[in-house]
Amino acid sequence: MSNIVEIRNLRVKAKTDSGRVVEIIKGVDLEIAKGEVVALIGESGSGKTTIALTLLGHTRSGCSIASGSVTVDGRDTVAMSEAERRRFRGTTVAYVPQSAAAAFNPSKTIMDQVVEVARIHDLMPAAVARQKAVELFRALVLPDPETIGARYPHQVSGGQLQRLAAAMALIGDPQVMVFDEPTTALDVTTQIEVLRAFKAVLRDRGMAGIYVSHDLAVVAQIADRIVVLKDGEVQEVGTTEAVVNHPSHDYTRALISAFHPQAKSSPPSDAAAPAAPILQVKSLMAGYGAMGQDGLPKYVVLKDVDLTLERGRSLGIIGESGSGKSTLARAIAGLLPPAAGQIEMNGKALAGGVRQRSKEELRRLQIVFQLADTALNPNKPVGAILARPLFFYHAMRGAARAAEVDRLLDMVRLPKALKYRLPSELSGGQKQRVNFARALAAKPDLILCDEITSALDTVVAAAVLELLDELQRELGLTYMFISHDLSTVEAICDRVAVMYEGAKVEEMPTSRMKSGAEHPYSRLLISSVPQLDTGWLDGLDDDPLLRSAMADRRAAERWAVARRQRS
Amino acid sequence: MNAVVARLVVQRLGIMLISLLIVAFAVFFATEMLPGDVAQILLGQSATPQAVAALRTAMHLDQPAILRFVYWLGGLVSGDLGRSYANNMDVAALISGRLTNSLQLAGVTTLFSVPIALCLGITAAMFRGSLYDRIVSIVTVSVISIPEFMVATVAVLVFAVYLRWLPALSIADQVHGIGELLRIYAMPVITLSFVVSAQMIRMTRAAVIDTLNTPYVEMALLKGASRRRMVLSHALPNALGPIANAVALSLSYLLGGVIIVETIFNYPGVAKLMVDAVSTRDLPLIQSCAMIFCVCYLLLILIADVIAIISNPRLRNR
Repeated sequence: MSNIVEIRNLRVKAKTDSGRVVEIIKGVDLEIAKGEVVALIGESGSGKTTIALTLLGHTRSGCSIASGSVTVDGRDTVAMSEAERRRFRGTTVAYVPQSAAAAFNPSKTIMDQVVEVARIHDLMPAAVARQKAVELFRALVLPDPETIGARYPHQVSGGQLQRLAAAMALIGDPQVMVFDEPTTALDVTTQIEVLRAFKAVLRDRGMAGIYVSHDLAVVAQIADRIVVLKDGEVQEVGTTEAVVNHPSHDYTRALISAFHPQAKSSPPSDAAAPAAPILQVKSLMAGYGAMGQDGLPKYVVLKDVDLTLERGRSLGIIGESGSGKSTLARAIAGLLPPAAGQIEMNGKALAGGVRQRSKEELRRLQIVFQLADTALNPNKPVGAILARPLFFYHAMRGAARAAEVDRLLDMVRLPKALKYRLPSELSGGQKQRVNFARALAAKPDLILCDEITSALDTVVAAAVLELLDELQRELGLTYMFISHDLSTVEAICDRVAVMYEGAKVEEMPTSRMKSGAEHPYSRLLISSVPQLDTGWLDGLDDDPLLRSAMADRRAAERWAVARRQRS
Repeated sequence: MNAVVARLVVQRLGIMLISLLIVAFAVFFATEMLPGDVAQILLGQSATPQAVAALRTAMHLDQPAILRFVYWLGGLVSGDLGRSYANNMDVAALISGRLTNSLQLAGVTTLFSVPIALCLGITAAMFRGSLYDRIVSIVTVSVISIPEFMVATVAVLVFAVYLRWLPALSIADQVHGIGELLRIYAMPVITLSFVVSAQMIRMTRAAVIDTLNTPYVEMALLKGASRRRMVLSHALPNALGPIANAVALSLSYLLGGVIIVETIFNYPGVAKLMVDAVSTRDLPLIQSCAMIFCVCYLLLILIADVIAIISNPRLRNR
């Protein structure tokens, strides 16, 4: 038998909170050959993680395997007893979680957790396990492999934790690795290193793997075959080449076209007139913590940022997490009063804090947050959520207000009947549309969008972006669009500003982003975005610029570690 | 222990002192507001106005309240709790014996109830949803709902009246040997344990279940860890903070809230002393007892906070 994993007619059912039983995996067949990496892709709720977890004989609470078999290395995990499954996990199949930051126990050292598999299954003496862990740390290109294990999870970075989680999975020499969206939570520049480390380890050991992801470009780098899932059913199976280049199923096509957003069409037609700046930010400084004697906060996040935003245009702000993107939006919105510098809107200086701004100033500048789940009041129906800003800014009541709510829903392409629903009864994309409609209700001139598509599935996000583009043309809106996803920014923005460590390092027209970036960090960031090209990751080695940038980055990591150890 | 932990502990101590000052203020002026004139009450109906006035001067009652508060506070700090109005003894002497009794009872109850409660709470969380878990939950809910005088009365009826195994009254000064000590403490300790354990069991169970739902415990499961390992090695260390707080809150009840138990078993503790002091309008005694309860409470909370700080690796290792 050459297949190490064979899933036959797998059905998984789940019990909802109301006690209804629904089938979430509807008869899936799947096989993985020895040494092969198969990717499961699909949007959230398509059942990809559920399938991956059945390889370990595990279902999340509320779910159970209804029928079918999951044979791994000749043994059926569905039929096993709980004790057999325990022996199986970590030794035959190992799991690399989505968020390593959450999957490491905060109160134990990294080494303790990495060698735990060896301890649980009594695979080798503790000293041998430690030695092996250090070798794995080295193979996964972690800094200070000898000593990194003595630290606690909060003392290392996210990208390092993700590689440490892989080391934790590899220690038991499993035959199959299950990767559950292991790079989703990482910055693009970090993601590259993690992907390369994973790929090298899988190749060197000839291990089979199942790689769960919603990102087709990432999967294209690491998988041999791709399985496309939707609503618990397999839509399409094929080699990575075939699926990426010649998708046969509609859903796969939608996924791939969502990945290639249409570049922003030419600026709006009325832009012939010299566009007046709607927002001007001049040497803005902001940060957190107590004010020091020099008039600056203890932790300065934004350093001397200058921005100009023209009416009817969109400015993208890109950069890795911690670069100050969101702080910039908060400072402009007045949620975080700046320590120094000026914010001017329509040529008039704005006060630093929200409380000092007039209602009219507040109305003109709206902010839309990343997570619609937390930004919408869960106890109010959509209609009431939208009616509130209408009353607050425009003192609308009664029938006029009801009509306006309908109009807003129509604007964001949602059916009117939705106004009676609670946010929890909407899908992720619908919630984000309501979140955006609430900002539109104020009839603003400028909308700050803080990672508004990051939590959405690719296809849904593409539809939201299209909507934003249309509304801009119809209403003449101005956007400041914050994202860590460069293709999103490419789709919607006229210009991009690159943030790095709180400073704006470069600004350029979007069309020049790929070819004309000058600052080394912008180039590193832009060339780190995975391409829908199976040879992209391997081809990176030939890119001398990226290699030197990576080397710099490692030097910086080592320096940060050394500094932490000294203190 | 490092500088961060030390700083946090010092901070907590500072907050504790401020709370004590506020409580002292509240206690003093609340007792001041009790109706009636102390000198008049002490001397009785037949006292002459001159005698009452003389006593008032002697007791500084003619001075403004704020001044008396400062005198009293100064006394407290230097260890002088004042003199009892009712029997003209030093309050410190009155309290010291009672406090030892109360602390003994609290100590024995703690030793008895905390390990049992933690074990029950943790095992209930470990086997969540099982028959065992349900039985523990039902029993703890019932115990919370039954008032302690009911438990105490039934215990006296069963063990002292019908079975005649244990004495109905717990008089600690006539103890000879460990067997007798156990016999005397048995019923108050059982009654008190019932009251304080139920809360601890429920809070411990909830805290452990909370951490069992975290991704790192699922990760341990997927590494092949047994249920025991998941609970004891992964969940419990991270649930220590909330558990310590639940235990501290429950135990704080053992000093101030045990009046009913002390009364039923005629146990000479501080709570009973305080109630007697209220009926004789013995202000210095009431004030001192209140302050003692407050100090004990704050100390317990302080200990729980320190445990929570030390069990958090983010604070322990920077």
